[in-house]
This record gives sequence, structure tokens and C-alpha cells, in this order.
Amino acid sequence: MANADSASGNAGGGGDSRRDFLLWTTSAVGVVGAGLALWPLIDSMNPAKDTLALASIEVDLSPIKEPGQAMTVTWRGKPVFIRHRTEEEIEQARSVDVQNLPDPQSDEERVEKPEWLVMIGICTHLGCIPLGQKQGQPTGDYNGWFCPCHGSHYDEAGRIRKGPAPANLPVPPYAFVDDTTIKIG
Amino acid sequence: MSAAHQKQWNNRFVQWVDDRLPVFTILQNDAAEYPTPKNLNYWWNFGSLAGIVLVIMILTGIFLAMYYTPHASMAFERTERIMRDVNYGWLIRYIHMNGATMFFITVYLHLFRGLWYGSYKQPRELLWIIGVIIILAMMATAFMGYVLPWGQMSYWGAKVITMLFSAVPLVGDSIVQWLWGGFNVANPTLNRFFSLHYLLPFVIVALVLVHIVALHTVKSNNPTGVEPQKKEDTIPFHPYYTIKDLWGLGLFLIFFAFFVFFAPNYFGEAINYKPADTMSTPAHIVPEWYFLPFYAILRAIPNKLGGVVAMFLSILILIVIPWLDRSKVRSCKYRPVWKWFVVLFVIDCFILGWVGANPAEAPYTTIGQIGTAYYFGFFIILMPLVGKLEKPKPLPESISAAVDKK
Repeated sequence: MANADSASGNAGGGGDSRRDFLLWTTSAVGVVGAGLALWPLIDSMNPAKDTLALASIEVDLSPIKEPGQAMTVTWRGKPVFIRHRTEEEIEQARSVDVQNLPDPQSDEERVEKPEWLVMIGICTHLGCIPLGQKQGQPTGDYNGWFCPCHGSHYDEAGRIRKGPAPANLPVPPYAFVDDTTIKIG
Repeated sequence: MSAAHQKQWNNRFVQWVDDRLPVFTILQNDAAEYPTPKNLNYWWNFGSLAGIVLVIMILTGIFLAMYYTPHASMAFERTERIMRDVNYGWLIRYIHMNGATMFFITVYLHLFRGLWYGSYKQPRELLWIIGVIIILAMMATAFMGYVLPWGQMSYWGAKVITMLFSAVPLVGDSIVQWLWGGFNVANPTLNRFFSLHYLLPFVIVALVLVHIVALHTVKSNNPTGVEPQKKEDTIPFHPYYTIKDLWGLGLFLIFFAFFVFFAPNYFGEAINYKPADTMSTPAHIVPEWYFLPFYAILRAIPNKLGGVVAMFLSILILIVIPWLDRSKVRSCKYRPVWKWFVVLFVIDCFILGWVGANPAEAPYTTIGQIGTAYYFGFFIILMPLVGKLEKPKPLPESISAAVDKK
């Protein structure tokens, strides 16, 4: 690409550097432009507006008659575990040393009312649904939930205790509408 | 593939076309006269076999797509309809299903051939790297194809694999939502997987063409690992290797047909004939056999991000082996120490596969960790070290010299 006018020198507005400048700026504009044009395509893959329109749901807790029972409802296409905990379970969950947990969180931070545990039933490792909701299912080494996919153990408060999962089962935003109804979302 | 030395053709029509589009010259140079080492053994059959399986997959896939519907509420039934009501639908689907297995068998054997005979070494580095990219594209394609029937294992496989990306610090969850197009694996996910599953095979075809251009630039390696020096070291591709490839193809198709007709679900999971249930994870999630070793590596590391990184690295590391291997000798035939480590590596891959098929508990986790340690140690420590320390056997002067000795 040696040009005849490059003899005029490279400093300042000389031939090569001026051409280089034009080449680089043109390329830069092209790259930025192509990147901007690509954005609508990339963003189109994000959740659509109707998917985002987050319907909150109200859950009637009255089917759960006594402590120790649990139910699973669907919210945003995800299972939500609702468990009416027994006194012993609450006591157990509150007696652990929070600082030594993999994801330190006290039981109080995870519930609105101590007897009702509400959380999203999706293992924080790779998204399987942990076992332990139904009677007879394994509850893991910490009397809570056990994920069969890769062996994560959750305790009575849905906190990760052992296994590859990095975090506790998340608690969705919810509030008690009355004593036997909660609104999730 | 240059039109540099254009041939004069006897047929005037052929000549007329060739002057305007050198297809006949290219075929003559790259498919007929193409000089090929005369000592290639049957390990050199698997490249062309893999190419033929790719064609079979695209062909059967096009016809399956004529009846399939990528909608979460219809995909499972439509797939079953192909199996029961569509004329020869069962055959086309079983060929496609088992074709995925055949594709990975041929490609893994092809990869092993490259590893054993040092085909990745200078000057074939790029040829090798393009091959690794093809395998990555194949894995993505196979994974998304497995999701399409929308059975239990389809659904939960999709969930677990997409959730791998949630391990990325800070933006992980956003990436996963972007991949899903929602808050869970659902209809938008199925739609896009179908779209990409149809696209990627054609990307693979393009990559295969690039692979062949690179191959025909640097030419084939051979069992001695010694480059051809004189004319007697090579023979024309046609008819010698066209007929050898065809003979291998005949044997391979018998093997393929056996599974299609007599054990079509041998490589599958029975639970995938149960429709996807978003509320219940199967007790035991396993990927298809060709992902098992990598799945074992994922589970061997008791940290989410670490496991995901190790799994991706286990394939990406293949890209840098042309520079990790310090030995000047290509073929394991002349590497008395290294070849045993390669044998052990193959055994290790089978062990990891076996671990991947079993639940994540003792003793499998420990075995998986030892297997993972050897997998990476093989490339990172042994490859440079053995290459430096090993005393290779004397190389033959030429291919002809090696062949005549026998």
C-alpha cells in the first residue's frame, strides 16, 4: 500500500497516516454500526412483554390443615414450595450457627411467619426440583430437601448445607393477605 | 483448490463449463488425482464417514421438520405422530436419532486418530482447531435436537444445561433468561432451539468445507507421521481411497442399520417417552452417552462455577494441544512412553463416561475427581513433559521405507 504521495512524510497530515486515519475511522464506524444493528436481534431473544407481564397469584393455604404438611403451587412457571413447619423444625432451623453456613442467612430473614416457609423450589445449582415436598421422598441429611440431580442438601429453612448448589432456595416476594391467604409476586 | 493448472478436457461441454467455473478441474485435483500417503490405515476412514453421517442427518432432519411442530403443547404429540402415523416416519426418526450417536462415534474415533498419530502438529494446527470448532457446533446441535421431542429428559436436560450459564458471575441470571426467553424453559425456548437446530448443521457443512480446504493445503498425515517426500510415497485418492472409503462405509452402514432396526432406543432414555413435566424432575438425570465424560467432569468439582469452567475447558483445551505437545515426533508408533499415556487417556474417558451415567454420590464422585485430574493432567502436565523427556524410536527415512520394511 505504499503510495506515491507517502514521500511527503508520515507526520501530521501526510499520505499514509491520513489514509490510515480514514481507514480506521471508517472501520470503527462500521463496527459500531453493525453492533448497534445487531442489538434488536439479540434483545428479541429476551423475555417478551407478555411473558414479562408478571401476574401475581393468590394462594389459599387452607388445604394445609396441620403442621408438617406442604403444597406446591406454580408461579411464573416455577414451582413454589409452601410448607407449614412444625415447632421442632423451626427450633432446629433457628439453632444453627448462621455464620458457618455456605450462604449465611438466618431463619428469621427467610419467613414472614415462622410456621410458614415459602420459597421457589428450584435447586440453585442447575435448576432441578428438589425432593422432600411429598411424604416418603428423601429429605437429605438436614431434614429439608434433597436435589437428586447433583446431590445438594437443603435444611428445614431451605438453606443450602451440603453439595454443589451455591445459594439457598430463593424466597419470592410475597405477603399475607389474611391468615390463610398469601399473595406471591 | 486453485484453478491454476487448468486441464484440457476432451468433451467440449465439459471444457465450456470448466472455462467458466472450474468444477471439473477442482474435482480432478482434489478428489481424483489428489496425492494421498500410500500407507493410510482404516483409522483414516472416519473423516469421510462423519461427513456422510452429516448428510444423512440433514436429509432426515429436513423431512422430520415437515411434520414436527415446535410448540410446547404440541411437540411431544407431533413427534409421536411421526412415529405412528406418518409414512416411514418411524424409520426417518430412528435414523435421525441413532444418526446423532453414529455422528459422535465417527467423530470421536476421528479425533482419537488425530491424537494417536499426532495429526494436530505443525503444519496441521489450524486443520485441528477447525475440527474442534466442528465438535463444539455438533454438541450444540445435538443438545438442541434432543430437546425438540419435549419429553421429560428433553426438558430437564435443557434446564440443567442452560442453567450452566447461571454460574457466570454477575450477569449469569440475565444470560439464562435471555437463553430461555422467559423465566423458565418454556415455549420460547423450544421455538428458538428448533430454529437453531435447523441452522447449525448448515454452519457445520461450511466448517467441514473449510476443514477440507485446510486439509488439502497441508495434506493428510499418515501412520508414520513422516511427510511424503517423493512421488512413490503417495497414491492418487481415486480409485485407491474412494474404494477404501466405500468399503468402510458399507461396514459402517451395517452397524448403523443394526441399531436403527433392532435396537433403536438402545442409546436413548425410556423416560423421554413421557411428556415434559415442568413440576417434577426425573429421579436420575443423565445426558446422552456422548456427553457423559464431560458431565462427569462438571460434577467432579464441588463448586458450581468451577465445575462449569472445567467442563468447557475439557473441550477447549484441545485447541491448544498443538503447542502443549513438545515432541517432534508425531506418531505414537515411535513414542514408546507417550503412547501408554494416550491409552490410559482413552480408558479415563470411558471411566468418566461411566461415572457420568451414575448418580452423584460415593464412590462415583471420588472416581470422577481422579478421572478429571488425569484428564487435565494428561494435557497440561504429561503432554509437554513427556514430549521433552521421552526418547522416541528412530523414524523411518520415508513412508516407502517404512512400508517396504514389512
